[in-house]
Amino acid sequence: MRIRTTRRISQVFFSLLFLWFCVVTTLGDAWWQLRGWPVNWFLELDPLVGLSTLLTTGTLYAGLVWALATIVLTVLLGRFFCGWICPFGTLHQVVGWLGRRHKPALEQARVNRPSRWQSVKYWILTFLLAAAAADLLKSLTLSPRSAPYLMGTLVALVLAAVLAHMIVPRPARPWLTAFVTITGLWTAAAFFAEDSQWLSASLQIGLLDPLSLLHRSVSLTLLPLVDESPIGLTGSNRWYDGAWLIGFIFLAAVWLNLKVPRFYCRFVCPLGALLALAARNALWRIGKKEADCIDCLVCEKNCEGACTPASIIRVHECVLCMNCRQECRHGLIEYGPRRSVAGEIDSPEFSRRQFVVSTLSGLAAVPLLRLNGRLASNWDPQLVRPPGALVESEFLDRCIKCSQCMRICPTNVIHPAGWEAGLEGLWTPVLNFRIGTSGCQYKCVACGNICPTAAIRAITLDERLGRNRYTDAGPIRIGMAFVDRGRCLPWAMDIPCIVCQENCPVSPKAIVTRTVFSIVATGGPLIVAASDFQKIRFRSESLVPGRLATGDYYCREENRDGSVPLRIVSNLAGELTVAADRLWKHPPPAGSRIEILIRLQQPYVRPEQCIGCGVCQHECPVRGRRAIRITAENESRNPDHAMIIET
Amino acid sequence: MADRKTPPNRVNSDLKRRDFLIRSAKAGLTIFAAGGLAGLFHDRLGPQQANIATSAGVRLADFSIPGLSPRLGIARGADRAITLNRALKAVGGIASFVKPGDRVLLKVNAAFASPPVLSATTHPQLVAEVVRLCLKTGAASVSVTDNPINDPASCFLLTGIARAVESAGGRVVLPQEKYFRPISVPGARLIRNWPLLFEPFKSVNKLIGMAPVKDHHRSGASLTMKNWYGLLGGRRNIFHQDINTIITELALMVKPTLVILDGTVSMVTNGPTGGSLSDLKETRTMIVSTDQVAADAFGATLIGKSPADLPFITMAAEAGAGSADVTALDPVFVPEA
Repeated sequence: MRIRTTRRISQVFFSLLFLWFCVVTTLGDAWWQLRGWPVNWFLELDPLVGLSTLLTTGTLYAGLVWALATIVLTVLLGRFFCGWICPFGTLHQVVGWLGRRHKPALEQARVNRPSRWQSVKYWILTFLLAAAAADLLKSLTLSPRSAPYLMGTLVALVLAAVLAHMIVPRPARPWLTAFVTITGLWTAAAFFAEDSQWLSASLQIGLLDPLSLLHRSVSLTLLPLVDESPIGLTGSNRWYDGAWLIGFIFLAAVWLNLKVPRFYCRFVCPLGALLALAARNALWRIGKKEADCIDCLVCEKNCEGACTPASIIRVHECVLCMNCRQECRHGLIEYGPRRSVAGEIDSPEFSRRQFVVSTLSGLAAVPLLRLNGRLASNWDPQLVRPPGALVESEFLDRCIKCSQCMRICPTNVIHPAGWEAGLEGLWTPVLNFRIGTSGCQYKCVACGNICPTAAIRAITLDERLGRNRYTDAGPIRIGMAFVDRGRCLPWAMDIPCIVCQENCPVSPKAIVTRTVFSIVATGGPLIVAASDFQKIRFRSESLVPGRLATGDYYCREENRDGSVPLRIVSNLAGELTVAADRLWKHPPPAGSRIEILIRLQQPYVRPEQCIGCGVCQHECPVRGRRAIRITAENESRNPDHAMIIET
Repeated sequence: MADRKTPPNRVNSDLKRRDFLIRSAKAGLTIFAAGGLAGLFHDRLGPQQANIATSAGVRLADFSIPGLSPRLGIARGADRAITLNRALKAVGGIASFVKPGDRVLLKVNAAFASPPVLSATTHPQLVAEVVRLCLKTGAASVSVTDNPINDPASCFLLTGIARAVESAGGRVVLPQEKYFRPISVPGARLIRNWPLLFEPFKSVNKLIGMAPVKDHHRSGASLTMKNWYGLLGGRRNIFHQDINTIITELALMVKPTLVILDGTVSMVTNGPTGGSLSDLKETRTMIVSTDQVAADAFGATLIGKSPADLPFITMAAEAGAGSADVTALDPVFVPEA
């Protein structure tokens, strides 16, 4: 079998596998639902996810170790992941081919010429990794908070900078020197400002990482279009607030292939950039066997990486599509351990100045974003995170915005955040209790168990509910319900309701009620004409017949506040009947006045019980702005948000 | 394969071999490094629920003078410097409490950015006199601190405390975020793993609490025990949900050398901020004691309350922080001269 055919089969296979994983990311017990399918596998293979979370957290969580396989193979073989596996790359390749296939061969070769803008992806990569690296610098410099240690670090860095400049050979030297210098400057800065905010890390690779982006686009914009019908993956329609932006970016990335094939891969993709760096010294590589050829440029007609195999090949840009090898009519291109006879470029066009600029920008961007105080006292109470989410700063160290939690959530209550989590929290999971089939389900821990990076911890039901060994810690609270007495029907409008109390899943309930009797306006004064122990006839006929027979209405003699109201069982326009089990002690005398009361149960939240699940908010019959609403108050992930003392 | 047809060029193939070996070495290094990092930092379980260790954090030293029976001195008069000296003398004189070389910390009440005339805060004249006395006795240093409710710098400035302390030769320590360390009071329900303004305590061996007598709407009165509230950080006002317990726990947390309760002018209404001269009453009393519960029990009477009206006094006494029965201390009254 020809190598190009093999590559195509591989691409089709992995694309279908990816789609399959998206489909089975549905909670349920059917064979095509989440039953141990390794749905995070593509994200775990992604070394950008692994490396950047390693930078922010100092750990490589569970399955992320798969990234090692990708790195090893890339070091040996080159960017096979981009050309053979990445489903986003495959999509770009297909659309790019569709866009250029009817063009003349030379025109096709022209769109596949390299552009100097291909270095932009290295800017992006450096920026994102620098933004993620500050915590590592901080732990290196600040955790043993002693001056000798800091001075030692500084001296070591200065020495490293000098050594780097002296012994490292030319192509890598400016890079290394620049890197060491920046690190040193930042460390020095930290030295002068202990506990400062100069060093704050944020994991932002998820914005542009191709697999996070593709997962997000498929889960939040493509699948919801077909979820309920025609394919019936979920029982009901799925909605995602702010999905339009995700969809627009996805469409733009796809349509740009019509302008330049694999636009995203060549100019944007930070994963591609990372793999390109790993592939610089790849043992196997594409190259020419003979320097001279007829320059027919057939090999560049379908060159996916825009790496000019016809002349001096850009090794780091090559995505191993093998089109050149297949299409060269003279068999001059080979894939093997030798370097191209026509010469090679194996480093990106990325100057020291550019490197410094993007690194410093990345390091500076996070502290700048955090000047808004969103991680301090200015936290947004609307930001209700899923149960098991880490404290916000650590959460932002891990979340890659892949939307797996939003997809798996059985009730569709988890949504991509807009601006409520600040710019750096864009598309991170936040609960929206107006959307979906219910609030956050009491006995569900799906989101934490699917999260590929443990931004939401893989909690057990015991931990969530505070049972067994978690009894002392108590249940995980994600927020707290507040009754809006100006909108709540029994509070504001004398209408019985307490749907919230009835739906509260906690036992004992976190919503309790107090009963009050409220006077109901009647058409006019109800003056007794005649009465016995059960029935009263009035002088006027002002009541609506049957209106007071709902069981919620009571009556008593006017101005008898202390007296127990009697329940009405039926009424005519001029007559009232009270329940037989509790009759008038003394039938009201003729001429006395009767008042009608409605029995109301007014809801109260018991803060020590409420876990913030939002089922109450979801069910509240005041459908616009709900009369009971959850905010992140008292969430257990952040002790600073505690609102009540432990009793 | 095609290579073999061409005659081998020795230099060239050596170069090629060398290049390949170098590349192999680099690739090997990269793989080794990546594998090493992955193996070293692999975390199968991920982050776990934080363990709330009740024993974690700092402990406050016992600043009381060992072997000293509880003492209470009460002096009447309008001049704080004079009444202070008399009340001090009644309990044994400053020299019984501050020794040469001591490093003394004064915990004042600087809670609000309001002028001394409103008596919402410890009076600067009194603070200055205590600083002066300590230094005169030979104290090596006197520092003054509080974590106020209003902006700290404004509080110390507007209450006049900062200037008074500095002109008397003391030093003001304004709270900073990094000065706080978690503390857990043994057996306490509220002060568990809670941030405490710890930095000022690090190098001192004597502690004097200085509070004005004030009305307090939630607890009934703000006296010397409630004054320790200003050592807490974090979202401390959630403890208002159980005010008597927090005051009791504060009294158990802090074992001062001495407390000074200034009832020269007491705030009788609209506390604890006051804000108007009509909230104040001249009560002409200075209380100095080694027993904070007893000092408060007596101080309460200045604003028309009996110790029984204030649950925190009984609770603190029962918890062992001091005596609610003033007479048991055999108090020394110094009448107005």
